[in-house]
Amino acid sequence: MKEIMVRAIYCEMLGYQASFSYIHAIKLAQQGSVLEKRVGYLAVSLFLNETDEFLLLLVNTVLKDLQSTNLIEVCMALTVVSQMFPKDMIPAILPVVEEKLTHPKEIIRRKAVLALYKFYLIAPNQVQHIHSKFRKALCDKDPGVMTASLHIYLQLIKENPESYKDLTGSMVTILRQVVGGKLPLDFNYHSVPAPWLQIQLLRILAYLGKEDQGTSEMMYDVLEESLRRAEMNHNITYAILFECVKTIYTVHPKSQLLEKAAECIGNFVLSPKINLKYLGLKALTYVVQQDANLALPHQMTIIECLDHSDVIIKRETLELLFRITNAQNVTVIVEKMLEFLRLTCDDYSTIDLVGKVAELTMNSVFSLGGDVMQPDIPNNFLRLLAEGVDNVEDRQLRLFAVDSYVSLLQGVTAKLPQRFLQVISWVLGEYSYLREEESDPGSVMRLLARLLDQRHTSTETRSWVLGAMTKLCSSPVSVALARDVFGCGVRFIPQVDSSLSFLDGYVSEALAAGAAPYKSPHQRQEDLVQEKALSLEPYGLSLPVSLSSCSITDRLTDRRSPTLLSMSSVSQCYFSSTTLKLEGVKRVWGKDGYLAQQQSAGETPTPLVELPNPLLSPQSPPSQTQKPSSGLEPDQEKRQLASSLFVGLGSHNSVCLVRLPSTVWLFIKHCQSANQSHGGAATTTTPQQTSQRTLDHTTSNGNPHVEGTEQRVEAGGPLSLIRGNGMVAVVPPTHTQTDPQTQQDLHPAPALERPRDLPLASHLPAELSGLARSEFTPLCSDQDSSLALSACRVYKEDALVLLVFISNNNDSALHQMVLQLTCKELEVYIFQTGLNNKVPFSFFRNPGWKIPESRQKYQGILQPGFKKNTDLLPLTVSTGDYGKMWLSFSHDLKQNLRLVTTEHQEPLTATLDALKGKLHLHVVDIIGSEGIVACRLLQGPGQGQPCLLHCRVNADSLAVWLRSPVPELPDSLLYHCQKALTET
Amino acid sequence: MIKAILIFNNHGKPRLSKFYEHYSEDTEQQIIRETFHLVSKRDENVCNFLEGGMLIGGSENKLIYRHYATLYFVFCVDSSESELGILGLIQVFVETLDKCFENVCELDLIFHVDKVHNILAEMVMGGMVLETNMNEIITQVDAQNKMEKSEAGIAGAPARAVSAVKNMNLPEMPRNINIGDISIKVPNLPSFK
Repeated sequence: MKEIMVRAIYCEMLGYQASFSYIHAIKLAQQGSVLEKRVGYLAVSLFLNETDEFLLLLVNTVLKDLQSTNLIEVCMALTVVSQMFPKDMIPAILPVVEEKLTHPKEIIRRKAVLALYKFYLIAPNQVQHIHSKFRKALCDKDPGVMTASLHIYLQLIKENPESYKDLTGSMVTILRQVVGGKLPLDFNYHSVPAPWLQIQLLRILAYLGKEDQGTSEMMYDVLEESLRRAEMNHNITYAILFECVKTIYTVHPKSQLLEKAAECIGNFVLSPKINLKYLGLKALTYVVQQDANLALPHQMTIIECLDHSDVIIKRETLELLFRITNAQNVTVIVEKMLEFLRLTCDDYSTIDLVGKVAELTMNSVFSLGGDVMQPDIPNNFLRLLAEGVDNVEDRQLRLFAVDSYVSLLQGVTAKLPQRFLQVISWVLGEYSYLREEESDPGSVMRLLARLLDQRHTSTETRSWVLGAMTKLCSSPVSVALARDVFGCGVRFIPQVDSSLSFLDGYVSEALAAGAAPYKSPHQRQEDLVQEKALSLEPYGLSLPVSLSSCSITDRLTDRRSPTLLSMSSVSQCYFSSTTLKLEGVKRVWGKDGYLAQQQSAGETPTPLVELPNPLLSPQSPPSQTQKPSSGLEPDQEKRQLASSLFVGLGSHNSVCLVRLPSTVWLFIKHCQSANQSHGGAATTTTPQQTSQRTLDHTTSNGNPHVEGTEQRVEAGGPLSLIRGNGMVAVVPPTHTQTDPQTQQDLHPAPALERPRDLPLASHLPAELSGLARSEFTPLCSDQDSSLALSACRVYKEDALVLLVFISNNNDSALHQMVLQLTCKELEVYIFQTGLNNKVPFSFFRNPGWKIPESRQKYQGILQPGFKKNTDLLPLTVSTGDYGKMWLSFSHDLKQNLRLVTTEHQEPLTATLDALKGKLHLHVVDIIGSEGIVACRLLQGPGQGQPCLLHCRVNADSLAVWLRSPVPELPDSLLYHCQKALTET
Repeated sequence: MIKAILIFNNHGKPRLSKFYEHYSEDTEQQIIRETFHLVSKRDENVCNFLEGGMLIGGSENKLIYRHYATLYFVFCVDSSESELGILGLIQVFVETLDKCFENVCELDLIFHVDKVHNILAEMVMGGMVLETNMNEIITQVDAQNKMEKSEAGIAGAPARAVSAVKNMNLPEMPRNINIGDISIKVPNLPSFK
């Protein structure tokens, strides 16, 4: 019978049903010999659970065995009792078990203590009266019994530390004795005295000393001693150390101990043993909650851990980063998390958890970081939500998002930043259908409506909210609900003005319960234009537009295929952040390039070699990591990453948000399907995309700039108003207006020569003639070209010089010329050559200037003192220097550009030449299908700062990777490259 | 508290499972599978801790495992247990098994499930660590075995059969668990500095 029972146990363990044997197990326990009884009890404890009715049959047997004189039988009974016992039967055996606390054998006492602990867990009220007996157990002469009683006290103290403060003294004494080696040698494990007991005691002390100075002071000495004693190098001593450190950081702080503990943590983190590293990270995670600065000394280690091969270590590191998140490093950390999430997307056990971490961060970040946050973070987040196919994790994540946002909205919404509200409304609009079966969609609707009514909600946010409502309506819901929305819309429209009236259309369509005819594409276009006019911020443009087109698709698909829907919104989100239609390639770049950076960061430094990293293909990161790179650079890169991760933690850290290139960072998951569905959506969205381009660009750049300056030349009489264009490529919010008013003689003579043919170059001032300059651009002239205005840019070392040439091709003299410059930031110098006629010339800004005017030519050089300037100078560097610089720059950007094709040149050379000509870049080297180019910023806050380009021919496009120490520079340079190549 | 103790071999066949919290039959099997799936994927040179096994509870719980030759010893514990402490406990458990069975191998676990359970019961009781002293555990187990022998009779026969099986040449079955670091003379950690 016993053997059979053992086999039954085995079968059960393998997962086969052996329920027929349950009754026999009980019988065996009831009737068999001691040996059989043991197997019977074992089988029962494995087969049955607390709720099983069979157990009732056992109560009597247990009771009998407890009272037996045979020690073994008592032990068995106590074991089975502690494993499982029906709650309502506890009173029956409680007195007997209690009695065992005074049993002469310590093993029985010990088991009795644990059994009582189990009772306490199941039914705390029933063991209320024997707390005094627990104290007795704590003072038991046998350390084993005492150890067992610590389980109880750990639990009790955890629940209610206040009422056990008096025990602190005894606990400290016990620990001191244990640490001091007062226990019998039996208790040593690897010559450490009772390590598990020490761990237990340290935990209890942590609970006791938490936020209690008096109690804490009692334990400082013993803690210090434990730290000191635990110096043996065995795992179990590390366990004690770890516990010690945790306790030290939990109790009232004492600087001396904290120092030692911090040192311990350092040792843990730096340890080559991976288990210790893990614990070190855990300890750090724990302590940074008290003092975030503690993470600072370990920055580099943490960065290394981020790239660790062990997923668990990585996750722990992210957890740590999660704890030190603040408004400044939030961008980087979230990016890291999302990246991790992407890498582990197959790992079912982690994706959910990490997704939540990311989500939680998003929430806290949105409420913390608020409106100052870069717009790409919410974009990324929404993309994360939107992309995924409809598998379980994504669904859960979305549900989680919806739930948490609904509960957020139910609270006080007044303090939430606008951008967060926008995200909330998007998520609710998109995914509340997931919740529909459980909750009334109307409640969500009401929450949104409340949002609309609030005064502080900005116009932009309102448009988001309305978009969400529209989406909600388009799913099959009652007409009444739709009417609610309509009401909202109507209430809303007079508040903001007619520019929002397009929503009227949406609402009425919703009223028709989805059956209404579509709007014509033309009409939709108009809507979008209106929406554009409405939004002031460039960022606002990108998503509401895609949002509204979402709802168009929405109606098209009639909600039947959420996948397609989310896909199309992916593609749109996607497009709203890319500047050009480069989806496929950019995706690869984003991923690989970034990965390459990561890997090089994780690389072990190797000796300096000639070949610089960036020359290798950034699209093949594995090869890149194998190739040697210069020794210091990865380190530096890491350091930069570190500084961006730990920014804002230490007071000595400069408070600046180092922004990693977020445009590079794109979600890759399921991109192919996104592209496919894009095919369908493209027909309706293409126009918006193109119109968004410029604006998106300026957003990602961080500061708006105006493309080209408007040069208005007004001539009284013969000169007509002409708009010049493209003189100064980028002038931040300034406008240059030149209004030369010329008053000519009454008798103009025929022109001598066309102004274009003028060898203006010869009139360049000597000090400027040797410098790089743009072509002369004729700005305007009068009908017979007797008076013409032309200009060119000259790149001086420290300034961009705008030369304006005024050519008078008449014989008649210019009597008066007024050059009016309305740009405040221009400094004006007047050069003049070949003057032979005395004509009064007055300068608007410097009325004192009176210059005799030339009969033939006059030129003034305007030297603009731009505050912000992205104009460029060529940067002459060697290939080796380029490599070093490349690695030290943190802001990078990748993009694909059009290749210029000419007949007699390689496409790469042709393209680079075109760029060189237009943008004054320096082509450092061309090797095979790759080329490296350098330039630097002429003036402005980042004056002299370089920007490096690494180009590679990739099929029929040019993959460009830009890097610079200035965040905005790659963005804006890229824009100009695109522009330049489009013009070619 | 310890939630579950699982032992399975390299192929995921369970050799011992003990749950200190109640789960349904199916869930238990699923937990074993899931745990094996998680643990077997891990390299040798990564840490012995795993977090967030999906089934056995959320982020509160962690898996602490050790891999000895053909067997994985996995303890699932909640946050109130010390990681390294449990790691030490696994070591104690394996050492105890080794002493009790004299060169323990996978077959011992198959044929003496009850004994293994009994040893475990001396160490962990109701999810609580009861005894960590190897000698004490062995004393207890021996005392029980002694009684077993005195009452034996029939029980001797299967024991002999088992030893016969053990001595057979089974090439596909690993015969001994090569417990690399079971001796106390494990190479010590390099000193901190």
